[in-house]
Amino acid sequence: MAFDEKTEGFNVVGTRPDRPDGIDKVTGRASYGADASKAGMLHGAILRSPHAHAVIKSINLDKALALKGVKGVVTRADFAEGLTGENWNVLENVMAGEKALYDGHAVAAVAATSQLIARDALKLIEVDYEPIPHVTDVDKAMQPDAPVIREGQASKAVPAGMHPNVVDYHESGHGDVEAGFAEADLVMERTFTTEATHQGYIEPHACLATLGGDGRGELWCCTQGHWNVQKICAALVGIEQSALRVTASEIGGGFGGKTAVFIEPVALALSRKTNRPVKIAMPRADVFKATGPTASTSMDVKIGLKKDGTMTAAWGEFRSQGGAFPGSPFSFTAMCAFAPYALENVKQIGYDVMTNRPKQAAYRAPGSPMAAFAVESLLDEMCNQMGLDPLEVRLKNASKQGTKASFGPTWDRIGLVECLEAAKEHSHYAAPVPEGAGRGISCGFWFNHGGETSVTLAMSEDGTAQLMLGTPDIGGSRASMAMMAAEELGIPYEHVRATVADTATLGYNEVSHGSRVTYASGLATIEAARDTVKKLCARAAAKWGIDEDAVVWRDGCAVPSGPNAGDFDPLPIGQICRKMGATGGPIVGHYEATPEGAGVSFAVHIVDATVDRETGATSVDRYTVIQDAGKAIHPDYVEGQYQGGAAQGIGWALNEEYIYGEDGRLQNAGFLDYRIPVASDLPMIDTVIVEVPNPGHPYGVRGVGETSICPPLAAIANAVSNAAGVRMKDLPMRPSRILDALDG
Amino acid sequence: MIQVSTTINGDEHQFVCDPRETLLDVLRDRLGLTGAKEGCGTGDCGACTVEIGGRPVCSCLMLGAEAEGKEITTVEGIADGEDLHPLQVNFIKHAALQCGICTPGILVATKALLEENPNPTETEVRYWLAGNLCRCTGYDKIIRAVMETAAEMRENA
Repeated sequence: MAFDEKTEGFNVVGTRPDRPDGIDKVTGRASYGADASKAGMLHGAILRSPHAHAVIKSINLDKALALKGVKGVVTRADFAEGLTGENWNVLENVMAGEKALYDGHAVAAVAATSQLIARDALKLIEVDYEPIPHVTDVDKAMQPDAPVIREGQASKAVPAGMHPNVVDYHESGHGDVEAGFAEADLVMERTFTTEATHQGYIEPHACLATLGGDGRGELWCCTQGHWNVQKICAALVGIEQSALRVTASEIGGGFGGKTAVFIEPVALALSRKTNRPVKIAMPRADVFKATGPTASTSMDVKIGLKKDGTMTAAWGEFRSQGGAFPGSPFSFTAMCAFAPYALENVKQIGYDVMTNRPKQAAYRAPGSPMAAFAVESLLDEMCNQMGLDPLEVRLKNASKQGTKASFGPTWDRIGLVECLEAAKEHSHYAAPVPEGAGRGISCGFWFNHGGETSVTLAMSEDGTAQLMLGTPDIGGSRASMAMMAAEELGIPYEHVRATVADTATLGYNEVSHGSRVTYASGLATIEAARDTVKKLCARAAAKWGIDEDAVVWRDGCAVPSGPNAGDFDPLPIGQICRKMGATGGPIVGHYEATPEGAGVSFAVHIVDATVDRETGATSVDRYTVIQDAGKAIHPDYVEGQYQGGAAQGIGWALNEEYIYGEDGRLQNAGFLDYRIPVASDLPMIDTVIVEVPNPGHPYGVRGVGETSICPPLAAIANAVSNAAGVRMKDLPMRPSRILDALDG
Repeated sequence: MIQVSTTINGDEHQFVCDPRETLLDVLRDRLGLTGAKEGCGTGDCGACTVEIGGRPVCSCLMLGAEAEGKEITTVEGIADGEDLHPLQVNFIKHAALQCGICTPGILVATKALLEENPNPTETEVRYWLAGNLCRCTGYDKIIRAVMETAAEMRENA
């Protein structure tokens, strides 16, 4: 695939127009997952296990079914049999089979004429549980005496002799780490832990399903990827993929957590059973107990450093639990750990471990923030001990084009050095650390992703354009896509209407994840627009009776390519489109591909924080995000991603955690006790957009959504540790933990 | 079931509801006013905020039956026909929303703030909004949009 490198001279790209869905969203008109309804609709509710680990001996539905208004109940028996691989895992998570595997695991579901009746009916379902030993801690789950979640899940990569809860293993690196450590002036090894956190989207999962006896269905849901929902739901309820049409609603936050399915197959099964549309909206407590969260980790990291700041070797072991199923981001944690640095000797090992917790779901740069916390914290401690400037040490060792990455590939054009230079020059870093405060910096890395993408661009007779996208808009992407289409077509941004199409009206699109939308859907939009332009030029060529190659597109008009092509007035897009029916039919451009040139992205965060020595509370006083966007299409929404990632990272670092009791039950399944940052917790979050063009995108775009959550954990931990004078190695740094650390 | 008469966004409404139904349930499921969102159902997130008698209220913490005789404003009632409220204009202009699910509650809450205090400090805005969770923006652009609106409204007052 040939890409141009258009990084300057834009008309629309780089401006900040109003988003097309703005008015709908400030007037309450926008329709989210729970906002749809249908005539005859029933309400669904899901019964969940109160036990962390229990054999389900029997389920008695008689009393629930006898309640007036209850129209149907489903259990595991109402779903497809014989599934394998990830389909089986998802079904097992969506509706328990022989065992309840965690507190909150679904065991049955009811459809009734009202939500109140459905929830009343849940209390009438009698489940006979036999509780069995459980484990929720990653390190304990690896011990020889740990309860076994499920036998036979381990991949072939797992070394012999490990506990059956260890289900996957990763090892990568190069050089000789022992030799590297021998060259160092200081070698330090530390252990770090992070707790599971939830994506915390404010919109709970919600859907509206219709499935008839003919195996045809309709599904409306809030999701980051409706083709993925279609594929998984079809398998779980045993129908053909194309028989299920899935429409993505407006989505009230996802951050990776809405790349999975939880309630959608249940609503479909209830609809099939009752022959009525069924809506399910998850209560918030269920969202905490049974969706998300991210993995918790335990990590050992060792680094060798010379007096001049050169890193001679790095080694890490990263243990990651992802709940009662394989699939924690253990390998990403390992691979991201040392990615910012050019190392001759590096080795990283990762373990994927099962516990009695909910099946982890992707959360913004899955696995990377934890790795950065460990590595960047250790580096900070070593810089302090050796009297080295932490930013200079990072610059000295920074990965650049041509560096062999810690996990194998050789970097193409990357922007870490540019980010570090921008940090060094920033007024924040130049300012002295305020009295009593501590300063922390950290680098962060994320791979970014391309993925299967389809885009269609259809011209209307008045010369405006309809852009059909398949990646749900989770942060303003319809605006950026419309901008790229307008740029190519040479028409005003307002003349492009961007819509997220349903599964029946566009080719397959991978989920909105991996920071892929502005990159991959953007690339596909540009190519679809160029395809459209080619067809517009062909119409002009036919009208003028000249060769198609003799027509070029300029400022929304077809024009002869030069004096030799002929002397014709520019033919505006509106004139070509008005006649399209008579000149060859509708003008539609499209593009389908799996682009693989998503450029990786780096960021550097700077934090000033103070610690109240009496209460242990931390105040984040100043925060600066510096990140490479490749090319910012709509800078407002790039800044928004930077700020949002930083805020989520602040929550992860300071307050957010899944708290499990000895009984294996989640103790804080609500926003009161699981405290995400509120407005009064945060300062303004300053942003610097660095633009080092990605050679894999026509305009140089790199995804920006995820990298922003990679540095904050370490940056804040470094600031807090420097303010408190004691190294914080466990997250979150809640007040009690800080007081304990201060007490020594 | 209970019969209730109330005024919402200037329009008179009569509805019947179960004694256990919240005002939020009634607005969304019985009256089709889905602008107020349920983010938690426990008064922690503020996505369901409506204005009653000049005060922002979590409609998930109030029963439908309690709406009897009240005057309620929801996000659907903030704009004057086609004319958006200055807060709505500035939220779009300053990109103060990403996913937009918290936006209705935040708009209702900040409208009440500016009616009570036309010249709030940044800290006052932050504390007023401490009961309205936003997970996308880090609040930065929200605070800027509110401060900008307050300044504009003072100028035009």
